[in-house]
Amino acid sequence: MIINGVTIDDTFAEAFGMRGTRVIITAQNLKWAYNAANAMTGFATSVIACGVEAGIEREMDPAETPDGRPGVSVLLFAMGSAVLMKQLETRMGQCVLTCPTAAAFSGIEGGDRINLGKNLRFFGDGFQISKQFGGKRYWRVPVMDGEFLTEEKTGMVRAVGGGNFLVLAESQPQALAACEAAIVAMKKIPNVIMPFPGGVVRSGSKVGSKYKSLIASTNDAFCPTLKGITKTDLSPEIESVMEIVIDGLTDVDIRKATRAGIAAVCELGAANGIKRISAGNYGGKLGQFQFHLREIMSGEAA
Amino acid sequence: MSALTFTLKTPLQQRVDCSPLTPDFLAGKSAAEIAAVDLQCGNRKLRADALFDIAGDDSTAIVIKNADGKLDFIGSKMQSGSITVHGNAGSYLGFQMKKGEITLHGDAHAYVASGMAGGSMKINGNVGDFLASAIPGDRKGMKGGVVIITGNAGDRVGDQMRRGIVLIEGNVGAYCASRMLAGTIGVLGTVGDYVGFGMRRGTLLLFSMPKMHATLQDCGSHTLPYLKLMFKSFRTLPSKFASIDKNRVQRYAGDLANDGKGEILVFI
Repeated sequence: MIINGVTIDDTFAEAFGMRGTRVIITAQNLKWAYNAANAMTGFATSVIACGVEAGIEREMDPAETPDGRPGVSVLLFAMGSAVLMKQLETRMGQCVLTCPTAAAFSGIEGGDRINLGKNLRFFGDGFQISKQFGGKRYWRVPVMDGEFLTEEKTGMVRAVGGGNFLVLAESQPQALAACEAAIVAMKKIPNVIMPFPGGVVRSGSKVGSKYKSLIASTNDAFCPTLKGITKTDLSPEIESVMEIVIDGLTDVDIRKATRAGIAAVCELGAANGIKRISAGNYGGKLGQFQFHLREIMSGEAA
Repeated sequence: MSALTFTLKTPLQQRVDCSPLTPDFLAGKSAAEIAAVDLQCGNRKLRADALFDIAGDDSTAIVIKNADGKLDFIGSKMQSGSITVHGNAGSYLGFQMKKGEITLHGDAHAYVASGMAGGSMKINGNVGDFLASAIPGDRKGMKGGVVIITGNAGDRVGDQMRRGIVLIEGNVGAYCASRMLAGTIGVLGTVGDYVGFGMRRGTLLLFSMPKMHATLQDCGSHTLPYLKLMFKSFRTLPSKFASIDKNRVQRYAGDLANDGKGEILVFI
């Protein structure tokens, strides 16, 4: 399959079942909602060392948010429910509770109910106040800027993490420009985040290493500087490879995002140095989900 | 199916305990069985059809007409459906009600919504003392649900109230929110003396400055974000509170003689 001069490899991305949750963060204005959300989703690129993969899903209008202030929705994904709950609590406590004017609300109705602000109330040292409206419990915690308002619980659902595709280009700037275009397109898709810096990762990994203590190491088959000395996957003209990793609430969301991203990359096409699209997998043995690139790109527009 | 309607035949001499006339209790009963339901009236029991003309067959929507203020315990412990009362209700309207809906077109006596745990109540009229309060011997008053009063309420509104929302569009008497444990009371009109007396926790929303006794302390003026959330949740209520959108208040905390975690928010 070739789209606008870009070869779509006959391969698939391998993804895993994860646990996901959504939090709506509002503040006096968008700037401070972002300050809280950026802190909360900081150091959350990969579950390997961060515990969670998290990102900002989208901005929300005051009309959409529970308290009528500007806000952003944040998605967090982890490999298990216990680590997700722990990470949610610590990130809420250190990043949202601390952020001036910020408030946090549940972003998923239904699912398993997990603690959002339930234990943060104890910061109130007895001065905290519970309020229940419309079947939901909220906590008002007195803080120095006024009151920190948070919903007690949010929803946790079964989600999918690790959807991905690789952009192979003739130069580093061209690979980056294509990935930037892909991220712009993918950010319009709901229910997904691209957790890496700016949505793009340059250090794709393979399983295992020559060093016993490492479980993963650089994906040498896609490293352009090793073309001559390793069993490379790259043709001579490829000079740079970048990857976009996608976590989503369902596999359908990841399909939509993958399609939007690859379509944006292919729009730039061979004329802009984009030669191939590939994907990362482990031979199909580890993940529960497989996203076949050609199938996604040949299917009906989602 | 038409609403199961009880029309009071003649004005009552004695008080009548109407607690059996709830959608749950009457569900699945035939017309004859409903007519034969015993109602305690003074020191004797009377058949329902001795007191009421009974029409209709939909026991999930009960209507009581010609109510004259001696019908106590209407909707007591009800768990589903609706009861609509035309005329005045007696005491203990919606006593320990769990779910469902009560609408009263008229006034009610004391202990409306006492022990109420859920559901909603709309009273198009005035109510007596001890609205949403605990009856003597109980340690908690209202425990959940929403009560809307379009008229005035008597003394001791929300005495020992534990949870839920009481919205009063008129004025209330003395000792409003006394010994309150938690929950929210809103009053659009005026309140009498000793507001929040012995109040432990909970929120009282007022739109005019009440007389404060010594153990209520001013905590200053504030813009509280939670009020926006609360008034948003009121939008669908059939009440004047549905159109309020204010979050600037003077906050008084108290009663310091009783833990002092309660708050009286006066909108400014």
